[in-house]
Amino acid sequence: MNEIRTINRRDFLKFGLAAGTGLALGFHIPAQASESTATTATANATFSPNAFLYINADNTVTVISKHLEMGQGAYTGLATIVAEELDAAWGQVKVVGAPADHKRYNNLFWGPAQGTGGSTAIANSWMQLRQAGAAARSMLVSAAAEQWKVPAAEITVQDGKVSHGDQSTTFGELIEAANKQAVPAEPKLKDPAQFRLIGKKLPRKDTNGKVNGTAQFTQDVQLPDMLTAVVKHPPLFGATVKSVDDTVARKIAGVEDVITIPSGVAVVAQDFWTAKKARDVLEIEWDDSKAFKLSTDDIFNQFSELLNGKGAVARDDGDAVAELEKAEQVITADYRFPYLAHAAMEPLNCVIHYRGDEAEVWNGEQMHTLDQAMVAGVFGLQPEKVTINMLYAGGSFGRRANTKSDYLVETAHIAKALKKQVPVKLVWTREDDMQAGWYRPANMHRLSATLDEDGMPKAWQHQLVGQSIIKGTPFEPAMIKNGVDHTSVEGANNLPYQIPNLYVDTRSPEFGIPVQWWRSVGSTHTAYSTETFIDELATKAGKDPVEYRLALLKDHPRHAAVLKLAAEKANWGSDVAEGKGRGVAVHESFKSYVAMVADVSVDGNSFKVDKVVIAVDCGVAVNPDIVKAQMEGGMGFGLAMILNSEITLDKGRVVQSNYHDYLVTRMSDMPDVEVHIVPSAEAPTGVGEPATPVIAPAVANALAAATGKRFYNLPVRQV
Amino acid sequence: MIKLSINGSEYQLDVAPDTPLLWAIRDHAKLTGTKFGCGSALCGACTVHLDGQPIRSCSTPVSIAEGKNVTTIEGIGETKEGQVIQEVWDDVVQCGYCQSGQIMSAAALLKGNPNPSDTDIDNAMTGNVCRCNTYHRVRKGIHAAAKKLS
Ligand code: FES
Ligand code: FES
Repeated sequence: MNEIRTINRRDFLKFGLAAGTGLALGFHIPAQASESTATTATANATFSPNAFLYINADNTVTVISKHLEMGQGAYTGLATIVAEELDAAWGQVKVVGAPADHKRYNNLFWGPAQGTGGSTAIANSWMQLRQAGAAARSMLVSAAAEQWKVPAAEITVQDGKVSHGDQSTTFGELIEAANKQAVPAEPKLKDPAQFRLIGKKLPRKDTNGKVNGTAQFTQDVQLPDMLTAVVKHPPLFGATVKSVDDTVARKIAGVEDVITIPSGVAVVAQDFWTAKKARDVLEIEWDDSKAFKLSTDDIFNQFSELLNGKGAVARDDGDAVAELEKAEQVITADYRFPYLAHAAMEPLNCVIHYRGDEAEVWNGEQMHTLDQAMVAGVFGLQPEKVTINMLYAGGSFGRRANTKSDYLVETAHIAKALKKQVPVKLVWTREDDMQAGWYRPANMHRLSATLDEDGMPKAWQHQLVGQSIIKGTPFEPAMIKNGVDHTSVEGANNLPYQIPNLYVDTRSPEFGIPVQWWRSVGSTHTAYSTETFIDELATKAGKDPVEYRLALLKDHPRHAAVLKLAAEKANWGSDVAEGKGRGVAVHESFKSYVAMVADVSVDGNSFKVDKVVIAVDCGVAVNPDIVKAQMEGGMGFGLAMILNSEITLDKGRVVQSNYHDYLVTRMSDMPDVEVHIVPSAEAPTGVGEPATPVIAPAVANALAAATGKRFYNLPVRQV
Repeated sequence: MIKLSINGSEYQLDVAPDTPLLWAIRDHAKLTGTKFGCGSALCGACTVHLDGQPIRSCSTPVSIAEGKNVTTIEGIGETKEGQVIQEVWDDVVQCGYCQSGQIMSAAALLKGNPNPSDTDIDNAMTGNVCRCNTYHRVRKGIHAAAKKLS
């Protein structure tokens, strides 16, 4: 899985020079690169102009992805950008995952941290990878020019072929000569009109192994002498182990050890089933004196009280509070949003091999440098002594980017306590995964507005309450300002509608339930309350919901454009049959703009979403088919928020445990869906998350159109 | 020792008879294409065929599979339905973790019903959870495979 490469001194000098040019291309290729399928790159006969690609004598171009492939198509998109500027043929391109490296592979939007999230993989890499590809191309061209003794300007490159007149050669044949070329300080980038790969539907790079069972997820790692661990976690958040009786468990053949670790009791065995059986017979007494013991209703009651008090101000235009006080009529609504589990299909897992003076991790790695430091901390090692192999993740939706590296730290504690220094694979069951917390925080919102004579909003007040995701994490200094956690209010404090008096505030009570980002983060709730409330105002004003929004979006042409496109494609304004309803919503998240029109049928108490038309503006669509797939999938993911997903607590205990009581969107719930992409020359923005928050309000507005009722509590389940 | 026939090969596995077939396949036969998703017959990730019938291997004791033919994702390409599905499945996949199970369920569906309607697909596939929500493309993929097979 690993390849060890030697970089000679000359290379170091050259690459060092490149790093000094400010291209952010990095120094050289990684000492270890890993991927989910076997890599065949060899140490010699390789042209490696920068940290993001290398070319072998066999003419393969290997792109090194600093980002995780967890389904959103990052590997394919990143490789497309490199291949475009390199003028490679798509078929000769492979992708491998980068190791953790804070010098070369940081997320350029995150400062000094490597990780994948916030729909930034393509966006932050865009110029970096264009430069990387263009630099390599220019060196290959110089090499050919030297060999053929012709001016470089006369050489063309297309589909991996370097040509001049009737001479032509491949990248693979040029690598030796290319290695001798200077790394260009400012490689010339293509005019986007010349793009041949960007904007086309290219086959994904990760599909083969995923349709024949050979793709390597963390769950699939097999290493010599590897053991499997399962952990019994406390039944309440904040409870700790008081005593363990493992007599029966230890007698089971195949059980290697039972270890008490900070997060519970680990059983280590030869295989999963043995470990699980032994865990079932552990007798553990828990100390729950400091545990969290509230129920869902207690939490919402506290939220409700907090909403009556002051919050930290997130936006204050004009004087909304005064306008509302003197208004004759105030429209107001309270919204409730439950905790939500990520419930990715691959339950959390991690493999660590601790070897005393170093450690190696295999993981669907989403937060490289943080996880590296946290794991190193457990072992008392320097971070660079921890090697991370980034494997495919079977979904994540934010969960694998844990602010405390929870499951990696857990694995590290087990690995450290093992009698023999062998690899250990932590496997969480579905129940472990669902009950471990780190949920999308529950929230309550109160919206209040008053309308002017024309029915347009004159004042808008949005008050929020919910746990902060960021408080107490390493992200706090950057993401909490004046008591406002940006992830709590995003989507609310940047409301695009032109309203003269606009006030947003938030409260962040602390509870013992660990919370975390969940696909589209703050927008998961703010898009719902803002987009259903504006719809309600339109109804109150007797205006068409699309026209109403457009009138308020004069300064936001990209919002307006997706809204118009979705409305037009969905035949907005055409007749809707009895028992059916059509609703709309528009929202910006992660700098992408998405509008949806949903058609629903209502039958008695139940409803079904029949069709969804989506319009998206994400700048340049690097791979339009992947953009569409993300819109469809992100929409389906968000649909569960209104249909049926909910985590509840009963005296601190998480009630839901598996897919029978934590319900998610299934095949029979999935509407017909159509995606339209706004043509754009803007730099690409994210697509992994922005569809998710838009569907629930679009469906709620459709339900309101069909039934006349408004829905303030999610999930709606029944009308 | 339990004797299993998986994808036409014979395996002698040292597992307790109550071990779920899933873990015998994954941890002992070392065929990791079949996935663990829920362990309780709720998600379909672990779907394999037992004498051609789709079953949830997480909830089937290995002893039940003795003397029968187990087909997993690694072997489904040998059947004509499996082969065609794998050929048309490129646009479906996202994270891929559920796809072994989706493909095994889809292959069983097409074998019994070469021309399924959307409702047939919903009924046959609704036990297969995909958290990436590739359902729309699974539906299209099954129609495309059906067309190619006919
Ligand atoms: S793992 Fe068997 S059905 Fe989910
Ligand atoms: S493709 Fe990710 S769970 Fe289905």
